[in-house]
Amino acid sequence: MTDALDPRALIDALVILVLAAFVGYEVVSKVPTMLHTPLMSGANAVHGVIVVGAMLVAASADDPLRVVLALVAVVLGTINVVGGFVVTDRMLEMFRRRPGDKG
Amino acid sequence: MSGEQVVTLLVYLVASVTFILALKFLASPRTARTGNLLGAGGMALVVAWTLLRTPGMLEHWWIVGVAGIAGSVIGVLGARRVPMTAMPQMVAIFNGAGGGAAATVALSEFLSSASGRAAGAGLLPIVPVIATLAGAVIGGVSLTGSVVAFGKLQGFIPGRPVTYPGSRLVAALLLGAIVVLGVVLALIVNSVPLFLLFVAIALVTGVALVMPIGGADMPVVISLLNSYTGIAVAATGFVLGNYALLIAGTLVGASGAILTQLMCKAMNRSIFNVLFGAFGTGGGVVSAGAAGEQTAREINAEDAAVLMAYAKKVIIVPGYGMAVAQAQGPVRELMDLLIARGVDVEFAIHPVAGRMPGHMNVLLAEANVPYDRLKEMDEINDAFPTTDVALVIGANDVTNPAARTDQSSPIYGMPILNVDQAEHVVVLKRSMATGFAGIPNPLYSDPRTAMLFGDAKQTVQALVSGVKNA
Repeated sequence: MTDALDPRALIDALVILVLAAFVGYEVVSKVPTMLHTPLMSGANAVHGVIVVGAMLVAASADDPLRVVLALVAVVLGTINVVGGFVVTDRMLEMFRRRPGDKG
Repeated sequence: MSGEQVVTLLVYLVASVTFILALKFLASPRTARTGNLLGAGGMALVVAWTLLRTPGMLEHWWIVGVAGIAGSVIGVLGARRVPMTAMPQMVAIFNGAGGGAAATVALSEFLSSASGRAAGAGLLPIVPVIATLAGAVIGGVSLTGSVVAFGKLQGFIPGRPVTYPGSRLVAALLLGAIVVLGVVLALIVNSVPLFLLFVAIALVTGVALVMPIGGADMPVVISLLNSYTGIAVAATGFVLGNYALLIAGTLVGASGAILTQLMCKAMNRSIFNVLFGAFGTGGGVVSAGAAGEQTAREINAEDAAVLMAYAKKVIIVPGYGMAVAQAQGPVRELMDLLIARGVDVEFAIHPVAGRMPGHMNVLLAEANVPYDRLKEMDEINDAFPTTDVALVIGANDVTNPAARTDQSSPIYGMPILNVDQAEHVVVLKRSMATGFAGIPNPLYSDPRTAMLFGDAKQTVQALVSGVKNA
């Protein structure tokens, strides 16, 4: 984890935010319609990274209330990330070519 | 900055690159799966690093262990067991879980900072508060909104737009309350009960925003909520001073927003119209041109099979009806038989056919239909006038010619598949009922059109044996 974000680090974070937004916009503009469902599902899996945030909360949970909140957050985050990647893989598995198809 | 922190940041960088590649590789069916596995690998890396190297994790590993195993079991079972037709609502519920996690993290951080023990780095005082509030409210809206979207697609909640007099006013009041409470919490008082009220209002708002939206528009809503969860995750990234969350959240926030826009464009509607238009009231206004009893011509499966068996070109137009009946297997069989007879067979995929863009592609790919036979609307619309038979399988609104001609129709202006320009149109349908948008389809009373009533799967199987005997 990073140390306290001073104004400089805050600017860094803002720069990252803006650039990441442009990357997201550019990358998705090129995806064909037929892959929009897996794309939505894949993006859904990527924001499952919230599980890392939940783990950081768990690591500093030092009273019962926050332990409960950490448990809830990690369960939900794990459902998001694991389910997201598995369901996307299942969709994409169906796009594999039949043996013998060319191209 | 210690060496450990440098490595942590490098781990975040590697993971972020895999996330970007995961989305980028989705641009082609050939690389898409690799991309997804890459993203999962990056995710595993950052999770493992966090588990092993976070100070304090040693005393709290059981939380992550218990909750992580529980979440994994639920996630894998849900993702593996769900039938392909229910894919959209599965994405909705996973998205809701992510939103809930973000809101919970924000809540925990608020409680911690209220007692002076935050897990994250203390930023400038005002920034973490705003980010915490944003994470909580957007995550909360995404959680309950996704659950309602799930319920509507699964049939727990009526799919039609649920509105009542003053529902828009209520939604506006809720949003206003969120803004006011947010300002109070950020600038004036650091109160836990007030924050809980703030979160509660966010949860109610998620329900209030999605209930008035018709089931047909749920894919757009899910895409939008997906974007919201991304933004909520980015906000918690700010709270915790964590670049992995910041980058991945922003990436999804932006890509979800552009995807939502692409989906609205495919329907020729604005996002505002989708969210507040209460589209598809069903049985409400019926335009003059389409009013009255529709007279439709029926055909039996044998005749329809002969029609196709001796055609030169057949275009199959799949819709949600095919998905519900799980007819994709027999449809592939029908395609194989026709191709073996020298018929040119293609599939016309409307961008919003089914319940999600690409829904039909996924189902047909599942049935091993080669994806170069699947044509997008713009690619195939000019081919209908030279087509002998257009076979519409459980698609309705996306073939409705009223969208071209009838200015009073709610779907006026939506690009449609020009099915009515084919020489013969055979429509497979369970009944004369209207489609998801709840509007009549003049295609069915067109003299070129013949209706073939029944369950899509059984009907296509009948067509298959008909073509075999033809």
